[in-house]
Amino acid sequence: MKNPINQSTFKRRMREYQKRPASFVMFILVMLCACVTVLSFVFLVGYLLYKGIPNISWDLFALNYNSENVSLLPSLINTVTITFLALSVSGPTGIFAAIYLVEYAKKGNKLVKLMDLTSETLSGIPSIVYGLFGMLFFVVALDWGFSVLAGACTLAIMVLPLIMRTTQEALRSVPAEFREGAFGLGADKVRVIFKIVLPPAVPGILSGVILAVGRIVGETASLIYTAGTVAEIPESLFSSGRTLAVHMYALFNEGLYIEKAYATGVVLLVIVCAMNLLSNYVAKKLTR
Amino acid sequence: MKSKSIKEKVMHIVFLAAAMVCIMAVVLICVFLLANGVPAMGKIGVFNFLLGKTWRPGQDIYGILPMILGSIYVTAGAIIIGVPIGIMTAVFMARYCPKKIYAPLKGAIDLLAGIPSVVYGFFGLVIIVPFVRDTFGGSGNSILTACVLLGFMILPTIIGVCESSLRAVPEEYYQNALALGATHERSIFKVVLPTAKSGVLTGVVLGIGRAIGETMAVIMIAGNQARMPKGLLKGVRTLTANIVMEMGYAADLHREALIATGVVLFVFILLINLCLAAIKKGVEQ
Amino acid sequence: MIKFELKDLEVFYGDFQALKGIDMKIPANEITAFIGPSGCGKTTFLKCLNRMNDLVEGCRVYGQVTLDGEDIYNDYDVNLLRKRVGMVFQKPLPFKMSIYDNIAFGPRTHGIRSKSALDEIVEQSLTQATLWDEVKDRLNMDALSFSGGQQQRICIARALAVRPEVLLMDEPTSALDPISTGKIEEVVMELKKKYSIVIVTHNMQQAVRISDKTAFFLLGEVIEFGDTEKLFSVPKDKRTEEYITGRFG
Repeated sequence: MKNPINQSTFKRRMREYQKRPASFVMFILVMLCACVTVLSFVFLVGYLLYKGIPNISWDLFALNYNSENVSLLPSLINTVTITFLALSVSGPTGIFAAIYLVEYAKKGNKLVKLMDLTSETLSGIPSIVYGLFGMLFFVVALDWGFSVLAGACTLAIMVLPLIMRTTQEALRSVPAEFREGAFGLGADKVRVIFKIVLPPAVPGILSGVILAVGRIVGETASLIYTAGTVAEIPESLFSSGRTLAVHMYALFNEGLYIEKAYATGVVLLVIVCAMNLLSNYVAKKLTR
Repeated sequence: MKSKSIKEKVMHIVFLAAAMVCIMAVVLICVFLLANGVPAMGKIGVFNFLLGKTWRPGQDIYGILPMILGSIYVTAGAIIIGVPIGIMTAVFMARYCPKKIYAPLKGAIDLLAGIPSVVYGFFGLVIIVPFVRDTFGGSGNSILTACVLLGFMILPTIIGVCESSLRAVPEEYYQNALALGATHERSIFKVVLPTAKSGVLTGVVLGIGRAIGETMAVIMIAGNQARMPKGLLKGVRTLTANIVMEMGYAADLHREALIATGVVLFVFILLINLCLAAIKKGVEQ
Repeated sequence: MIKFELKDLEVFYGDFQALKGIDMKIPANEITAFIGPSGCGKTTFLKCLNRMNDLVEGCRVYGQVTLDGEDIYNDYDVNLLRKRVGMVFQKPLPFKMSIYDNIAFGPRTHGIRSKSALDEIVEQSLTQATLWDEVKDRLNMDALSFSGGQQQRICIARALAVRPEVLLMDEPTSALDPISTGKIEEVVMELKKKYSIVIVTHNMQQAVRISDKTAFFLLGEVIEFGDTEKLFSVPKDKRTEEYITGRFG
């Protein structure tokens, strides 16, 4: 078998670059920057794992926190509680709001424009501003004190635009024929939405929700002054409790348990990584 | 038939109500922040508050200029570091990357976007701070450190947006340039990238938003001294850090001044959103 | 005089063989038209002449292609090749910049920096594309704000600005209305004096109107290649006759 004549060899490429140094410089820059990105990523994750994994021990998962074991289990439980609470508020709200925007509101409706504006504004607000608001509204105005509930509600508002947008996108990607066909059979609107439109949109919505979980798990700034920093499993929704990310910050602040902070970082990283993979996996199912 | 229409109406109202909640949230945020923050600005004096160079809560002196400048410096530095690397990496992803390594690379960058900022902060603390201290002197908790870390943190945002806007440029642009005898690089940087300009700009602005709003990572590495920033290697406090540092024990006017700091931050973000809207409008025209 | 000479040209996209052993000599300073049903390899062939096929993943080219006796695949600088062999695409696609910058893109690519030289090239190229009088006062306008026909002539001018020897045109009028098409054909006829032109067309009347030589492609093979007049009046091959009389394709 003879060789194809259109195969560009490295040598040939280099000779072409030789005559065009500007292009060569750009080529090198692109490669360099890509390497910087990749290497810093590898370094960050690698370093954290290297330092963190040896520090993971059973002590860290003890039921009660004390200064000896520096257990992260209470924070882990708090994280799960807060995530669950926040999602049970923002999930239905975000999904329903998206349904209203996509299925009910007419195009060019003023409300739609207003909603676009608000969701854009919401998604740009830094988490510390959410934290301030949560403190002023939930903690002080509603008098819930530093509590798991206040933290969860603050986070619910924070992830609302994320869930709303991904749901909107997922709903829009359901072909119009689905709806028309069902309406043609005389089905009423609510039925069509729940039986016809929502099922194919589920993977898209779910991947948005999972991304929201990732954000909640990693959130710190908005929780310090809403959920507080108590390192115990809360007795009720109205008592304070720190999440894993807050726990890590607290460890840093106290400055005594750097090794434990590494380990906590690893746990955080694993959770976030899992959430990302899960979200990607679910979203891929949508495209298939 | 009648029961059906009632169900329809109820659900319609439920959906509408959910949509209203979002608008209510924005309204509530605005109302509560403004109601609690603006009076403080009145008491302190808007001029004294925004342009005052001294922040000494103990003596009831509340000037947040150091923090405003701190935020701006740190963000600018992050942009200087993050934007070129981000754009170049996006170009690599969209135009150079072999198919085999694309999927893991994309996954890694998505993951970077998801890493909690405390983890970034912690990484900065154990790696970048000592590095800056040993290389350039000073304590290591400095503007420079914050710029490097933030520049790194905004990479995923910039890469993601830039890459998708590069991919949205029709392949024919690239081919047309190539057919004129331009090299791969010249075609990309002189034709494809300018065509994707608005997308790139959006990415940069989103990056600015992320950098200016970043809190935890900055607190952990920037030193947080509430004084006018004096140099790259000196500590700095940003608006976000100011709130978190002192909110825990602040009371009365001090507390209100911190909330007013939040208002200033909020206004910054609104300005950035306006920029984004303007870019979008420019594209549509 | 022969411009391009191709020997036993074979092109594969993966397992699919797009061109099956083609020998052809393309004359200088004439218009050579390629006709045939879609998917028969005309565009693939055209893209072999400026090596645009190199961009297609999984594309393999066998055989030999020479331009003025030089092998363009063996150690030939591809960017230089594309300077010598310009191309006009099916879809007019000016870059998102002013007309002036569009036209000047090519010359700048090849190292021409002086403003006066660029001015001259821009005027000359636009004149050749019969566009100068229409746009000379609007050189700074965004090229995308012009009509489709004008955009295609901008693209022709842009290709001419690098001073190529050959101009490849891939169905340059298929996206245009009849009036714009007529304009483009006029331009092409005029360009023939200075350039060798290879044009792929779906439109047989167009081939008759403008070309000197015509090649009929079918399923990756050249069925017939010869003077346009003869090919259309007394086709040698039965399949050519069937095609030009509209019995298939």
